Amino acid sequence: MAGVAASNLKRLLKQLNIPPLTIKRIIVAVFEAEVNVIAHSYGGRILCDFEEDTIQVQVIDTGPGIPDLDLAMTEGWSTATEEVRELGYGAGMGLPNIQKSCDKLSIYTKAGDHTHLTMLFNLKEDV
Amino acid sequence: MSTQLFHHALYIVEHACKGCTHCMKRCPTQAIRIAKGKARIDNDLCIECGQCMAVCPNNAIAIEQDSLSQLESYTTRVAIVPAVFFAQFDDSVTLGQIITTLYALGFTHLYLAETGVDILTVLEAKDQSSSLPLISNFCPSVQRLIQVRFPLLVGNLSTLRSPAQVTAMFARSELKTLADGLGVFYFSPCAAKIAQFKTEGSEEHRLFDGIINFDTAYNLVCSYLAKHKEAVQEETRAFSFPVCTRKALRWSLVKGQSSNHSGRCLAVDEMHNVIEFLEILEDEQETNLQFLELDACAEGCVGGILTVRNRFLATERLRHWSSTVPKQLDQNLCERILRHKSAFYKNLNLEPAAPLEVLGLDTDHAKALQKLRKAERILAALPGIDCGLCGSPCCKALAEDIAKSQASIRQCVVLKLKSAKDLNSLARIWGERSIAADGLKDDQA
Repeated sequence: MAGVAASNLKRLLKQLNIPPLTIKRIIVAVFEAEVNVIAHSYGGRILCDFEEDTIQVQVIDTGPGIPDLDLAMTEGWSTATEEVRELGYGAGMGLPNIQKSCDKLSIYTKAGDHTHLTMLFNLKEDV
Repeated sequence: MSTQLFHHALYIVEHACKGCTHCMKRCPTQAIRIAKGKARIDNDLCIECGQCMAVCPNNAIAIEQDSLSQLESYTTRVAIVPAVFFAQFDDSVTLGQIITTLYALGFTHLYLAETGVDILTVLEAKDQSSSLPLISNFCPSVQRLIQVRFPLLVGNLSTLRSPAQVTAMFARSELKTLADGLGVFYFSPCAAKIAQFKTEGSEEHRLFDGIINFDTAYNLVCSYLAKHKEAVQEETRAFSFPVCTRKALRWSLVKGQSSNHSGRCLAVDEMHNVIEFLEILEDEQETNLQFLELDACAEGCVGGILTVRNRFLATERLRHWSSTVPKQLDQNLCERILRHKSAFYKNLNLEPAAPLEVLGLDTDHAKALQKLRKAERILAALPGIDCGLCGSPCCKALAEDIAKSQASIRQCVVLKLKSAKDLNSLARIWGERSIAADGLKDDQA
């Protein structure tokens, strides 16, 4: 079920006293990435690294990779199957939303290979 | 973190407490631990919901009570009474009799707490919170639950003053000329409202001079009526406090608020339902909901921990009563409100609630992470049957307590069983389990 990983991570972040607004950003991004892994890939894992001022979340799937990354980053563009869309996902907002939520995003992907998302979040809340 | 010292109304009656773990297991914020045979409440985590009091088999949890003798130190004694109080009596006691009795007991002015709803309507008070869905702050226990357990939703909390506070402001403004010796008292159906109105330094603190618990007030009225049956005749004294509108009178019932809010609304009552719902809401990226009415008690305030009568019967009486009051606001009352408009000027919204960082294992991220790791390692070694004999509500809580150096692994009774006979009887109930506390020795330091 999509959202379980994000939900578990949320519980963890609360225990680590991460500021609520940062938790919100991380959870939005991780949720989207989690949906992507479930909807488009063969499976994957989420790694979370805590530093003094930053949190780095890596989402690594096992393939098949994104053929055209620029297109995938376009709002509204989606390759989601009918089945996924029926569940209410696949609006083509996944990667754009991730980009908006995190402070730094780097993506490694290649058609036929896997996709590796690295998201960086600053812990200092800029209010 | 809020520096304000939160007032707590619930306390443990030490001599009655048997340390039976009922309250500890029920607490929605895991605020209770047992030590030396007695329950202890962590005031940082307690949200004053009263679940522990409801479940205690030994009447060992109580709610503080202002003494009634303090009434004597005031010359003008105002009671702000929620409509739910009147619903505590069965139909053999008329509204008129209750009111007459309250005057006879020494109150000089009575106001219905729900009048505040009409005041807010007349003054067209706007909420300053902009995140949707807006979560009602009517139930102070829910507000505190969100501050403690759901910090991501704090921004959704309404900032409007509660009707009882608004009514208190109204009463103070109307009775300005009697300000010397003016005492305003609130009748409370639960611990959470006492805590809210008594938290020092808060605005509410100044509005009320004392709180009278529902059960106490109920007993006073009943014993007075029993003694003066003939004297308290039907409707000897009419309502001298403003009669509110139908919508206001139903405010504290489930759906009382949400049915008056535009857009898509939802009402959820009872603590475990509220928690389940907030968990979903916190995960949900988008919802179509505009307004949420969340009540900690089943059926809303009629289910308050200090109420006397069955909540369903009380709901029925309140509903029946409300069907007899007009939908439109009384013209006289409306004029009275408008006359005192200035008293409320720019004062209908409260400071937005802030998250309370009390769930974290440490204020320092790195240390918190260390403790989290440690707790995970400890948890793996604990039996996982959540028996509560260690004095923590579950194995996970014990693991975290140990990681925070607030408990010791030696508290686990199951890990301590050594003799073959003990282990055998344990295996008969729980099956064979690997009990390996040895690997944990490093963590005890």
